Amino acid sequence: MEITDMSLFNQLIYYFSENGQYVLNQFFRHFLMSIYGVLFAAIIGIPLGFWISRHGKLANWVLGIANVLQTIPSLAMLSILMLGLGLGANTVVATIFLYSLLPILKNTYAGVRSVDENLLDSGKGMGMTRSQVTRMVELPLALSVIMGGIRNALVVGIGIAAIGTFIGAGGLGDIITRGVNATDGGAIILAGAIPTALMAVISDIILGWIEKKLDPTRSTRFSGRKE
Amino acid sequence: MIEFKKVSKVYDDFVAVDDLNLKFNDGEFICFIGTSGSGKTTSMRMINRMEEPSSGQILIDNEDIMDKNPVELRRRIGYVIQQIGLMPHMTVYENITLVPKLLKWPEEKKRERAEKLIRRVDLPLEFLDRYPQELSGGQQQRIGVIRALAADQDIILMDEPFGALDPITRDALQELVKHLQSEMGRTVIFVTHDMDEAIKLADRIVIMQKGKVVQFDTPDNILANPANQFVEDFIGEDRLLQARPSLQTVDQIMIKDPVSVTPGKTLQEAIKLMRNRKVDTLYVTDDSGVLKGIVDLEDFDRNRRRATSVGDVMSPEVYFVRTGTLLRDTVQRILKRGFKSIPVVDEKDRLIGLVTRSSLAEIVYDNIWGDMDDAKDIPLETTAVSEDQ
Ligand SMILES: Nc1ncnc2c1ncn2[C@@H]1O[C@H](COP(=O)(O)OP(=O)(O)O)[C@@H](O)[C@H]1O
Ligand SMILES: [Mg+2]
Repeated sequence: MEITDMSLFNQLIYYFSENGQYVLNQFFRHFLMSIYGVLFAAIIGIPLGFWISRHGKLANWVLGIANVLQTIPSLAMLSILMLGLGLGANTVVATIFLYSLLPILKNTYAGVRSVDENLLDSGKGMGMTRSQVTRMVELPLALSVIMGGIRNALVVGIGIAAIGTFIGAGGLGDIITRGVNATDGGAIILAGAIPTALMAVISDIILGWIEKKLDPTRSTRFSGRKE
Repeated sequence: MIEFKKVSKVYDDFVAVDDLNLKFNDGEFICFIGTSGSGKTTSMRMINRMEEPSSGQILIDNEDIMDKNPVELRRRIGYVIQQIGLMPHMTVYENITLVPKLLKWPEEKKRERAEKLIRRVDLPLEFLDRYPQELSGGQQQRIGVIRALAADQDIILMDEPFGALDPITRDALQELVKHLQSEMGRTVIFVTHDMDEAIKLADRIVIMQKGKVVQFDTPDNILANPANQFVEDFIGEDRLLQARPSLQTVDQIMIKDPVSVTPGKTLQEAIKLMRNRKVDTLYVTDDSGVLKGIVDLEDFDRNRRRATSVGDVMSPEVYFVRTGTLLRDTVQRILKRGFKSIPVVDEKDRLIGLVTRSSLAEIVYDNIWGDMDDAKDIPLETTAVSEDQ
């Protein structure tokens, strides 16, 4: 029996059984590119977000720049960065990094700013140092909102990693491109697209769950009998 | 001891606190009171350096607080705000032991302290594992109060801590704070805009207006002698009236120029005097007006045959009060003993006036009918009057 005689679903199963290891490798490669980009963005974005939340005027500038970065189409960004960084995964990670910066910055900024003034006053008045106020009050209270930014960034990052294939970075995008180039490649396209979608959806669900857990006022961690 | 020396606080051009000179003793309960924006909060917050004076000095135990590390200073001073400020991401236990944690107390000591304090404010131990938002407003502020005591702070600052609570809860918390304070001997600096609260709690009250202190004294003295119209308005007419029976002196209500007679007068003369003036009692005074005794109609009846002069029949034993005596000390004596009236004498025992039962009753009733809601605040003496009626 020829492959083309099978139903799309069976073709898909067949593809996975023949190329399981390859799909898995690309899956992890894809995931790691996304994670790294978001992780670096978090490492820079969270402290930067805290910093601008204390310097009102700078906040507008920094958020403005991050906003502009966000408006550049991802393929264009990828190409521009490629000129500097060359082909390969690093350029994809850098692109995801730049795109993740805005949601993480914005949410960190919003999260820190949303912490009740009175709690900061109370903490300081009881004798917390500036850094203790940050660590013991602002960070825990802003964490859920920050996590929301990371969640957004990761979902967007997974999407961007899918076009990394154009600059030879690999990832699930590779499989999709193969499918596009092959005659009757529908099943192959799905073999790349379905894991990509699943990765995005599952990441979103898991981070959403963590986000809720971290919410000091609503989560089930606090047997919340408020209201 | 906390001392403000010429302390001012200026924001840009605006003088929020103007030349404060105050001295608070250890263990005193001090209330700052005044209209909104009068600088109460700013004054209080300068004590733990949440604000810093633009000029002047604040001394705690004779040491300038500007020479101290602000973080260490604040850990020694309890801090309670109206918005309560409990950390929503920390359990009640973690909230109570926040300052002890900053001070790196060992776990057992923290646990022991938290359990002791939560029992002290009549909340169950299980609350230690709850989160603040699971507690009612009143319960939360109880935790806010004991959080400020947990590290043995000698000074506790409270900025309108009960302003957001309903009257019944507020009452209970006022009682609690007053108790805790006197029991533990802490110095409390308490900001409020509620005069009743200040009168109830304070050993001394600082009244502020536009950044300045207009009066600093005990509640009794402020009620008795308001420094100016502002203070009077602030206290309110009701409260001044209410304060009157306890703070008025006998001089303010006595009848001046009571009917008196010298001992040398004949009985006939005395009886005539009584008839003319329509009284049944005469006070006997010597030539310089010194009170010597009392005669009434019965004395005359009993002794008509033997005696000729007032001096022979008068009873030399007479209860009197001295000028300047507070009414609240007199009322009871007069009413309980059933005197119809009681003479008032000056420093040299000279008769200067008479407090009658009816003038007393008038004062007491003024206060009962004047403000029915506060009938419970009327001193005990009133019961004696109504029993008599
Ligand atoms: N940080 C600040 N900047 C400018 N003005 C302030 C600041 N803090 C307080 N003020 C002003 O100082 C005055 C006294 O404030 P405050 O001490 O809070 O008064 P109160 O507690 O008696 O209501 C107010 O008029 C207020 O507007
Ligand atoms: Mg205030």
